[in-house]
Amino acid sequence: MTATATAADSTGSTWGARRPLLLLAGLVALATVMVASVGVGAHFIGPATALHALSGSGDPNDVALVRDIRLPRGALAIGVGAALAVSGVLVQVLSRNPLGEPGVLGVTSGAGFAISVGSGLGLTVNALGELLAAVVGAVAAAALVAAVGRRSPLRMLLAGMALSSVLTGLTLGMRLISPTVFDKYRFWSIGSLAGREQAPNTMPLLVIAVAVAAALLLSRQLAAVALGEAVAHTLGVNVTRVRLVTLVLITALAGAATAIAGPILFVGLIVPHLVRRAADGSVPWLIGFAAVLGPVLLLAADTAARVLLTTGEVPVAIVTAFLGGPALIWAVRRYGVAQP
Amino acid sequence: MTSRLTARDLALRYGDRVVSTRLSVDVPDGALTAVVGPNACGKSTMLRALVRLLRPVEGTVTFDGTDIGTIAAKRFARSVAFLPQEPSAPDDIRVRQLVARGRFPHQSLFSGWSEADQEAVTGAMAAAGITDLAERLVQELSGGQRQRVWVAMALAQRTPYLLLDEPTSFLDITHQYQLLALLSRLRDEGRTVIAVLHDVNQACRFADHVIAMRNGAVVAEGAPADIVDAALIKEVFDLPCLVVPDPVTGTPMVVPTVDRGSIA
Repeated sequence: MTATATAADSTGSTWGARRPLLLLAGLVALATVMVASVGVGAHFIGPATALHALSGSGDPNDVALVRDIRLPRGALAIGVGAALAVSGVLVQVLSRNPLGEPGVLGVTSGAGFAISVGSGLGLTVNALGELLAAVVGAVAAAALVAAVGRRSPLRMLLAGMALSSVLTGLTLGMRLISPTVFDKYRFWSIGSLAGREQAPNTMPLLVIAVAVAAALLLSRQLAAVALGEAVAHTLGVNVTRVRLVTLVLITALAGAATAIAGPILFVGLIVPHLVRRAADGSVPWLIGFAAVLGPVLLLAADTAARVLLTTGEVPVAIVTAFLGGPALIWAVRRYGVAQP
Repeated sequence: MTSRLTARDLALRYGDRVVSTRLSVDVPDGALTAVVGPNACGKSTMLRALVRLLRPVEGTVTFDGTDIGTIAAKRFARSVAFLPQEPSAPDDIRVRQLVARGRFPHQSLFSGWSEADQEAVTGAMAAAGITDLAERLVQELSGGQRQRVWVAMALAQRTPYLLLDEPTSFLDITHQYQLLALLSRLRDEGRTVIAVLHDVNQACRFADHVIAMRNGAVVAEGAPADIVDAALIKEVFDLPCLVVPDPVTGTPMVVPTVDRGSIA
């Protein structure tokens, strides 16, 4: 009995002690992919050259490439990756649905719909307009879904799916009627970071940073809410408030990511599963790991997207979809096995 | 009999459905109290009012003389723990992780996992007899094991008060008695325990104090030997019966006098 107790404690604490190391490993991986992403592309730049270019010396073309394109694009990948992964964790913990992802709340289709309407009316003439349209669409869709489904997470997911279908249908209709909309949407609808570094992205990146920090602060209360409303309430958690704040964070994160890069599926779905074992039942660590692994994945996918085809760049969303399909099957299988 | 947790003249309802109109109850300190009564008589509703899950329309529940509606949520959660009927755990959570979440009311925004937290979790698992299950996934466990895990989570909260809504439902008979024995031990250690129980005989055998309810009102309350007789069972459950001494403990035992075909 005592021996078992000690064994159980020690496995527990081993996992606990391992978490900072795993986080450090994740950060090292992130740094490595970042260096690679600065170097890799149509024009290769070695790490040493890149470092020089960063400090402003060396070939002016390299300097411009590193400072104005590759580095900002890397920053975008980090921000978008973290936003998608953390919002995925929030959706899955809140809805207690392992297959939840930010898109199910209608955020992505809301942004797409708003951009289509905007371009159909000739409002989204530049990157800023597009960004604003995406934000407005994302927020409006999430607000509607939250209002319909405020009583229960399940109702919210169903409302989100229903709204997504309707909005996607309407968007499709507009694209078929109007060539301008079709043109605009064609580029937007496949999530990519190519050229997005030229858009005014400071605001969405700032939103992402604040929302990730807020998610970390909220994480313990969210862990309590995941035990069900009655239990959470008697643990001293204001369930209604935590749910509402979580929804706002999901919308902000997914909305900002979608505004920057367009719809990128699967990152929000898969990353929470990849880090679940490392987090070992701690929602704060789950969020922390997701905030590191999400960027690693998206940065790696974005770097690969530049060189996968000799004919030119592949949008990053296509790379994540290729990775995400098999990963989704893996996740489903894992949950199928775990059933009693 | 002293009582820190008391309810006065509660009117309780869910939306338009009135459950209780003038419900008063005192929870005796340091005792194991059983709440009994027919289905839908307002037992669970009363418990939910006592733990702030349901706000009374009229009347107040007080803890140490303070209206519980005015006590900060986390502070109240350090005094009173509650286990609802059939709580459900998230997928993929291990026993020790679920028990650890019971420490929430003792943690602040930035506090780490403390020695006290670890000690409370280890102690709660030992008390509930689930130390061996610490690394198992909650969803793999049997109903009886899972119920003990949830009790351990409530114990990790380290509260002087523990309220449980039908903790023995869905357990086989062995596990029912194991759980009741655990509740008695907790009482012996000085906790106040209140449980909604379906089985009057179990209530009489294990509880110090019985609250019998019908139609949202308390019909009788007191020590089992003082209040449980054939007249009370007839009044509360509308069941003709004999009440005889339990051959094992001598406490009142209800033996229904209905046989096959005689119940209307």
